[in-house]
Amino acid sequence: MPLLEIKDLHTYFYTDAGKVKAVNGVSFSLERGKVLGIVGESGSGKSVTAYSIMQILEGNGEIVSGSIKLDGQELVGAGEEVMKKVRGNRISMIFQDPMTSLNPTYTIGKQLMEAIMLHTNRSKKEAYDRAVEMLRLVNVNEPLKRMKQYPFELSGGMRQRVMIAMALACEPDILIADEPTTALDVTIQAQILELMKSLQEELGMVIILITHDLGVVAQMCDEVIVMYAGSICEQGTVDEIFYNPCHEYTKGLLRSIPTTSDVEKLMPIPGTPIDLLNMPKGCPFAPRCENAMKICIKQPAETIKINDNHTAACWMNVKKGIDEGKIVFDNDMEGGDLQ
Amino acid sequence: MSKNSVKPLVEVENLKKHFDINTGFLSTKPLKAVDDVSFSINKGETLGLVGESGCGKTTVGRTLLHLYKPTGGRIWYDGREIRTKEDISYLRRKASMVFQDPYSSLNPRMTVSDIIGEPLDVQKKYTNKNERRDRILELMNYVGLNSEHASRYAHEFSGGQRQRIGIARALAVDPELLVCDEPVSALDVSIQAQVINMFVELQEKLGLTYLFIAHDILVVRHISDSIAVMYLGKMVELSDADEIYNRPLHPYSKSLLSAVPIPDPKTARERKRIVLSGDIPSPLNAPSGCPFRTRCPYATEECATSMPQFEEVSKGHYVACHRVNEIN
Repeated sequence: MPLLEIKDLHTYFYTDAGKVKAVNGVSFSLERGKVLGIVGESGSGKSVTAYSIMQILEGNGEIVSGSIKLDGQELVGAGEEVMKKVRGNRISMIFQDPMTSLNPTYTIGKQLMEAIMLHTNRSKKEAYDRAVEMLRLVNVNEPLKRMKQYPFELSGGMRQRVMIAMALACEPDILIADEPTTALDVTIQAQILELMKSLQEELGMVIILITHDLGVVAQMCDEVIVMYAGSICEQGTVDEIFYNPCHEYTKGLLRSIPTTSDVEKLMPIPGTPIDLLNMPKGCPFAPRCENAMKICIKQPAETIKINDNHTAACWMNVKKGIDEGKIVFDNDMEGGDLQ
Repeated sequence: MSKNSVKPLVEVENLKKHFDINTGFLSTKPLKAVDDVSFSINKGETLGLVGESGCGKTTVGRTLLHLYKPTGGRIWYDGREIRTKEDISYLRRKASMVFQDPYSSLNPRMTVSDIIGEPLDVQKKYTNKNERRDRILELMNYVGLNSEHASRYAHEFSGGQRQRIGIARALAVDPELLVCDEPVSALDVSIQAQVINMFVELQEKLGLTYLFIAHDILVVRHISDSIAVMYLGKMVELSDADEIYNRPLHPYSKSLLSAVPIPDPKTARERKRIVLSGDIPSPLNAPSGCPFRTRCPYATEECATSMPQFEEVSKGHYVACHRVNEIN
């Protein structure tokens, strides 16, 4: 049984301007011991997917349908009491901005101990020892001194370490990291990524890493989900996604970033990200896709299995399959659409 | 730097910018944001300036245009030293700036045509209204905006389009030099590439010279002819872009380059990373001697006592490190 299994998740936000389908039919499952990367641009629904798993959506957001199963236990509709036990104990989360996710008026020690005592039956003394142990684990120097300090006295990288210590204090099965290094400098980012990777191997937990940086994904992840406009375009092992991309959006993303190879012209994706209030009928990427066919505008693509480690939702794969004779024509599909 | 026959458009020698920081009642301390920085940029070329937050790269850009008054050092533009008020207004007619944040750098109460037209008004670049309008439309055309966008307000645009407006505004004065301060870091990846390509095209079309400030080394390498690396207000290395990327000599440049996540899983797995320990010291309490010595794996006693000179170690490759010959 997979550790986490998400099926057809729909999360909508109700705004004055209308209904925003931030997550629109996301399904994936996750085995133990893996690092999963979720990549996408702003507004693609990667953070909202994470917030839905934790059920910490803002007031106007709601999980409309779908299922989230942790070790077989259904979390959607399970109620706040169940979720309180899941958050922190089973699934923890760290956020992008370590400056604002710590309380500026409490010492580091008090905040760590509070988290530990809330989730376990430890006494104050035991919680203190555990907090110091956690700070050591995340390589914070002089942990005893840090316990007495306030967040403003620490650097950004140090604060993110404290956040990781807090998130891991109750040994969760899953750590969700939402852009954990985006606010940090490159050399500090390298420290934090290395720390996360080594803790993941040491503690055997699952990390869901949400990022827009394909470099971070290549370095950290075993599996990758590429999101666009609330749905999953493509999913597979990191090598499959980088070396055998099967969705036009993923291909476009990979062409638009400068790489190590010798300087050539970047190939940007034309147009701008989609307005979630005005979603097209067909594939959400079709308006920006250079190879869009008639069918792409008419109906969204089904998710197709490319191989055992790879799925993608792009009509180009269907066309390729038909051309190669691997897929037989469906009756309700008109031949002229695949052009 | 790569072409010796080309005359430098900008030359900077020992540029210093110190800010006085209040440290208590009536006591101040100098914060050396930029300290003894020297470089030159040839006409039509791009110098990329990289470094981490607080290293002074933005201050270099702003001091270069006299948006901050330099504490010391000399600046020449096209052979003319910039000293007096007249020099500064001459410089500002020749150079302009593109800012990082396309959300806060545009006035929300002005239409796009007024935002782009304002520098034209200030410098009286037109004789009648039609000329002004035509110039605005020409500028919008340069950056890929339609004429129908002219009467809209900044909030109606996405981040990438706002950055285009900011660039059109910077181009309004017909500059030769553009100082671009993190112009693409606030943009999404797919949009970033559009804007980077536009910078390249504009350079080819208008013969622009760029000082391109960014923290993303892959982006900087893509666009630059030469690259300068800064750390705590000092320039630690300066060379041709490919040279510095493939053969960094300063220990800080080495670790900075090895810390950049490469979007290629196989390279990422095989690559050896130099992970620096510790944080960047506060520029208010900069270490004695070489600023990098507290995090440098090769630091010796000499590094604590004297600041290494910024010297040419091979043709066009400048490094400030005492042990540059031993460690390479």
